[in-house]
Amino acid sequence: MPSTVALTVSRYRPERESEPTSQTYEIPFRKDWVVLDALNHVKDHLDGSLSFRWSCRMGVCGSCGMKVNGTPKLTCATFLSEYPPGPIRIEPLDYFPVVRDLVVDLTDFVRKLQQVKPWIIRKEERPPGEGEYLQTPDQLDTYKQFSMCINCMLCYSACPIYGLEPSFIGPAAIALAQRYNMDSRDQGATERLKILSEHDGIWQCTFVGECTKVCPKHVDPAGAIQQYKLTAATHWVRSLLLPWGSR
Amino acid sequence: MSAPPRYTLYHPRWYRRRVSVWWWLQNRSYTWFVLRELTSVFVAFFAVVYLWQLRALGQGPEAYELFLARLRTPPFLALNTVAFLFVLFHAITWFNLTPKAMVVRLRGKRVPDWVIVGSNYAAWLVLSGAVAFMLLRG
Repeated sequence: MPSTVALTVSRYRPERESEPTSQTYEIPFRKDWVVLDALNHVKDHLDGSLSFRWSCRMGVCGSCGMKVNGTPKLTCATFLSEYPPGPIRIEPLDYFPVVRDLVVDLTDFVRKLQQVKPWIIRKEERPPGEGEYLQTPDQLDTYKQFSMCINCMLCYSACPIYGLEPSFIGPAAIALAQRYNMDSRDQGATERLKILSEHDGIWQCTFVGECTKVCPKHVDPAGAIQQYKLTAATHWVRSLLLPWGSR
Repeated sequence: MSAPPRYTLYHPRWYRRRVSVWWWLQNRSYTWFVLRELTSVFVAFFAVVYLWQLRALGQGPEAYELFLARLRTPPFLALNTVAFLFVLFHAITWFNLTPKAMVVRLRGKRVPDWVIVGSNYAAWLVLSGAVAFMLLRG
């Protein structure tokens, strides 16, 4: 194993440059280091001006998503030893505006996430004094996978449709909508249908499937979208045959 | 380094990258995806050939013979071979994707993906066998 490795990092300093450039750092090639450790090494010892986001270092917070050698990855879960002998190319996530270096702006996602109402909607709220809404383990099991999303945005960066059609609601937001649609305690599926079955919702997806491949939490957003297409199509047929029964 | 842009402190200038026209060549799965989308053209081609065949059949035995003779010409044989390969690719890739869209639950447990895929292939085999039987019997 070589003792050092070249880390080629995308730099964008808006006060100096009109478009990103890249800078290469020679860092120790340690097999116990993840890409995030390497970036922190650069920040602490080589170049304090490098900007990137991170927080938990254990695949929970979803802050450190970046492109490593062209593939969206959580840098806290990607070991340097996966890329011998280097160089390792680090870039910001695709399709989001770059604020600085490896930091992207996620406002678009947050706005879309709010649109799909990712919370439990009840027709009539029960007073808290009457206790919780109960659920069996089997009922939990139907949506649990979709609830594992950490909003790391790797799926958006892997989705060429989101790049080509920025109005697309996108994989994570639809998976999270589906997480609530499938929750036995939720009664808001009809409200979400209006947003999800519109042009910018599920029908934009042409099933590239990369969102599912890059997801570090095995959420399977592509599956969520295809399953929801089936639900929306069934709903449409039913409303056509029984127009009075669909409300 | 290019000329420094106008920059106002606390008003960031975001950099937005344009998606390249060649995005589908950047990654092998994107290329496979575009090829899979392209297969629809060949599925449509087979449908048109089929309609053409029905029309020839309706016009009588002479027209049908002419239709068959045209199909035997080398350009048509080549085109049909390419189209057949694409339709095969279409069928296989979509069959393999069915478990993503179809989640079947039996007694509270999710039916494994291979059972869903396998049942599609089984149905394909049975139907193809039935068609082959009908054609070869006569």
